[in-house]
Amino acid sequence: MPEVDLLLEAARPLPEPRQITPGLTTGDRVFRFLAAAAAAGVLVILGLVALFLVLEAQPALKVAGFKFFTTFEWNPDGTPAHFGIAALIYGTAMIAVIALVVALPIAIGSALFVNEYAPARLGRPLVALLDLLAAVPSLIYGMWGLYYLQPHLQGTSRWLTDHVGFIPFFHTSRPVFGSSMFIAGIVVGLMVLPIVASVTREVLSQAPRGVCEAALALGSSRWGMIRSVILPFGRSGIVGAAMLGLGRALGETIAIALILAFNFKITTQILAPGGGSVAGLIANNFGEAGDAQRHALVAAGLALFVITLIVNTLARIIVNRTSKGKMED
Amino acid sequence: MAATLPAAALPQPRKLRRSFREAVERPLLTATAVGVAMALIFAVTPLSGLPGWALCTYVGFVVADAFDCYRTDGPVVAKDRIATILVSTAGVCTVVPLILIVAYVVSKGLHGVTKAFFTETLEKVGPNDPATVGGGKHAIIGTIEQVGLAALLATPLGLMTAVHLTQSRGRLAQVTRVLVDAMSGIPSIVAGLFIYTMWVVRFHEGFSGLAAAMALSVLMLPTVARTAEEVIKLVPNGLRESSLALGAPEWKTTLRIILPAARSGLVTATVLGVSRIAGETAPLLMTAFGSDSVNTNPWHGAQSALPLFAFQRVRNAIPSQIARGWAGALVLIMLVLALFTLARAVAARGRKGP
Repeated sequence: MPEVDLLLEAARPLPEPRQITPGLTTGDRVFRFLAAAAAAGVLVILGLVALFLVLEAQPALKVAGFKFFTTFEWNPDGTPAHFGIAALIYGTAMIAVIALVVALPIAIGSALFVNEYAPARLGRPLVALLDLLAAVPSLIYGMWGLYYLQPHLQGTSRWLTDHVGFIPFFHTSRPVFGSSMFIAGIVVGLMVLPIVASVTREVLSQAPRGVCEAALALGSSRWGMIRSVILPFGRSGIVGAAMLGLGRALGETIAIALILAFNFKITTQILAPGGGSVAGLIANNFGEAGDAQRHALVAAGLALFVITLIVNTLARIIVNRTSKGKMED
Repeated sequence: MAATLPAAALPQPRKLRRSFREAVERPLLTATAVGVAMALIFAVTPLSGLPGWALCTYVGFVVADAFDCYRTDGPVVAKDRIATILVSTAGVCTVVPLILIVAYVVSKGLHGVTKAFFTETLEKVGPNDPATVGGGKHAIIGTIEQVGLAALLATPLGLMTAVHLTQSRGRLAQVTRVLVDAMSGIPSIVAGLFIYTMWVVRFHEGFSGLAAAMALSVLMLPTVARTAEEVIKLVPNGLRESSLALGAPEWKTTLRIILPAARSGLVTATVLGVSRIAGETAPLLMTAFGSDSVNTNPWHGAQSALPLFAFQRVRNAIPSQIARGWAGALVLIMLVLALFTLARAVAARGRKGP
């Protein structure tokens, strides 16, 4: 009889419940600690970078004092030593700006092309090629810029001086072109193009699709939709992408060291040989440097580290803020 | 109540589908006309040069085509047309440099890449020897050792960082995420200076392959950590929850379930990181320093590496040395492209699933 069975079942004492210890096992604690230690390792490494650069730069900074930021000369081995990064910072910034002028329009254009115009069949290989462009070593860009681009840009440089030389930047006092900030800037522009393009693409692809389609449904052309929906949505993201590119351009080393003829003047003549770059100078002078020079170069590196850190962090904050999305469907 | 409007009052609907003739033939005709016109202008006026002609034709074509559209379809379509052409041009522009660079490096370096390049060093090479004498064996050995060591240093650290970033919501994870981004922006030369000031100067260890590997791992770490984080995030949460529900402890779940599920992505992260650092030159200047002979011991003594080899050769004024530099550059770019393709292939296979 089923009722009796059920009663018997109910009367039987329950088995002891299994002991469950809530929370983490010892293995978990060890594992979590290791993972946290690795994450903290990143913090430690960044701290060590700052610490050791400061330690090693100190002798040079003591000699130069505040003049380190205002001197237009680089002669740390002289007596008295006279050196500062003012001209170098100017050159670095100038090259980075030229690079952005080259890279930004192409990057925005290619991001729009991949997102809005190209069919997936064409867009995906294009993205892969852009990533590949990012993987090409800086040295190769430099060698290509020096041996291929420089001779090919002679004519362009001359034409710019002859015809639009009234704009101060394109004026040159002597008709000598090459090893200039213009060429270095174009090469660096090509180098930062992939990162600017990929961040821009990422940001623009987050534009709310519903609003885009609404614009199209209301009769807007594709360009009208881009101008009224996508670009306003992505404006700050594009600014962030540009700053990220700026950070990369500021730290670019080998290509500039190969191309540029260093001098320590501040000039607006970007087509003429000459210019400066913090990273390029370090790479150029390090091999044959004596003690005083090395300390000075490390000090310059420290300045570069601080500047790029600030630019990059600001850029990331801006990009992340856009990608959280404030425009809702 | 529906009032019937007279048919004539309605505007003609805009034609949406253009015929082949209108989409291809008309712009092609415009382009040809502008090209010929520009050629004539160039023949008569002092303007000259093929690049100048191409540029003028391009600008002329954009204007003429827009005008053509304006005539038949109005300003909105004309503007759209200009935008389409410019945006497509930008898309094409991103591909051109890559082709130019690879083609140029191949053309300059190809005759330098002989058997000797892989079997000889620069030890006994004099300034008058032709470029076919001597090679970059020492540099290849150096690159393999340095990049391998760097990967050994950076990969475990990067993976564990990624695990922490995905599994912890604590303050450390937030700070670390920001710092990893900051780290990915460190100029490569600063990474070199860091190891130089710490390892070479303060610890008196001197130049070595290990120092180079440490500098490279600083550059590789953020790439690995960020890519690995993205990949681990893609592992379905159900897998993790099932494992935990079956009573597996958290560490076993991570090591046996989550990481194997993301395996191909993690391989991609590592290979991508390696392809980024394999071509770095600047940090090696102050860590590996460079040498002309084989040094198989990465722990002590200056070492060469492919990028360093190429850089130092090209710096030379002697043509045969520059030719060797191009050969080194060609081997380097092929190595990087191969690594990159490998990373892509692994990632693609992972996406398809087993």
